[in-house]
Amino acid sequence: MTAILGKVGAIVWKDVLAELRTKDIVLSVGVFAVLVIIVFNFAFQPGAQGIGAVAPGALWVAVVFAGVLGMNRAFVLEKERGTLPGLLLCPVPREAIFAGKMAASLLFMLLVEAAVVPLFGVFLGLPLFPPALVPIVLLATLGFAAAGTLFSAVAASSRSRELMLPILLLPVLVPVILSAVGASAAVFAGEPFGEYRTWVQVLIGFDVVYLVLSAWVFEYVVQE
Amino acid sequence: MAHGQVTVFPQPWTVQARGLTKAYGYQWALRGIDLELRRGSSLALFGPNGSGKTTLIKVLVTLARPTGGEALIEGHDIRRDAQAVRRAVGVVGHEPWLYEDLTVQENLHFYGRMYGVSDLPRRALAVLEQVGMDPYAQFPVRSLSHGMRRRVALARAFLHRPRVLLLDEPEAGLDQEALALLERALAQARMDGMSVLIATHDLAWGLALAERAVVLHRGRIAYDSGGTRLDAAALAATYRRVTEAAP
Repeated sequence: MTAILGKVGAIVWKDVLAELRTKDIVLSVGVFAVLVIIVFNFAFQPGAQGIGAVAPGALWVAVVFAGVLGMNRAFVLEKERGTLPGLLLCPVPREAIFAGKMAASLLFMLLVEAAVVPLFGVFLGLPLFPPALVPIVLLATLGFAAAGTLFSAVAASSRSRELMLPILLLPVLVPVILSAVGASAAVFAGEPFGEYRTWVQVLIGFDVVYLVLSAWVFEYVVQE
Repeated sequence: MAHGQVTVFPQPWTVQARGLTKAYGYQWALRGIDLELRRGSSLALFGPNGSGKTTLIKVLVTLARPTGGEALIEGHDIRRDAQAVRRAVGVVGHEPWLYEDLTVQENLHFYGRMYGVSDLPRRALAVLEQVGMDPYAQFPVRSLSHGMRRRVALARAFLHRPRVLLLDEPEAGLDQEALALLERALAQARMDGMSVLIATHDLAWGLALAERAVVLHRGRIAYDSGGTRLDAAALAATYRRVTEAAP
């Protein structure tokens, strides 16, 4: 188990090192998310009555669209730069490769969210980063990263890669997006945990399903 | 010998393939390959474009799943024991499989960690010295020429001390100096007991490096020299004859 974790860590280290040098993913995803938030800022009156009802949806639209942009880079970069066969030739279970790529994507997305969520609060006159939002962001991003990594590998093998990923991924992510929006709305409205417990449970349930299914199916997706 | 004790003789074959087929949709890339490679020996695989050389290597190293037939690498089934097969092989493909934004050393350290290579810093330096790339260890891969990347790819293939080397046109894009280094590295690999399978278009070069020649044509073995030593002219004549023949 320690050896497998070491290999997962090696993949994360490699992706983080490459990202530190290029800033390809974090910069493009971050800038895109900020742009979406600015557009919403023009669309909605900051601090207006009822902003709490639409803000969570706007926030997750920004995060999901920006995340799709980032996910497109996860396996597409490996494919485009011709490094995927070298990675697949390593004597490690395919699940470890999946876990490594997913963990790196999760890390990049969380980094972007850590900057975007407070900015969103500033623009729309909402709390900057309510502590109760942290587990919701973590759970939703985990589900997104699990399904996104799998579909990024699927899209990497197709011709119209950039187009294929959102078409495949967004319908699958509907339960996660709905739950994240529902729970975030309750947090922004200052409701107690009991009011949005069901959303969190749905998030946890779908995270488990996405993690297990994606890790299992991954082997068949990357095999020629 | 004590009762019940079993003496296990080492298996003489490093590669054993029987009836290996591979189809991409309706297109057959391999149509029943029977091939055996003795441990510590070398084989040059020739064939025109589309003859199935790359597909055969991909299938043998578990990068592609065979449609039919079976194959063992160092006694490990390519379907059932893929991880053991991957540990046993060192592969150089058309692409160097290196991360451009990482340095040469970082690339080798990454692959070394993935293969569980012991004493990694020293081993990485040793394989870089073997291919004459040790002065470039701290260079980002993106700053290297095509030939230099091929040499680092060879170092990557040697890194985990594989039992079998499978090289797909390793000479492509190499200058004379790099070619000489490659030949020396392969000779050393042979002396270290590795088996070598080289797919190449260069008949004379392949023949000089390997003791056996196999010609693939339209997914089938059209010629196998077996134990017969050929000169380049005889091989060229045989190659023309079998590849120009009707399927």
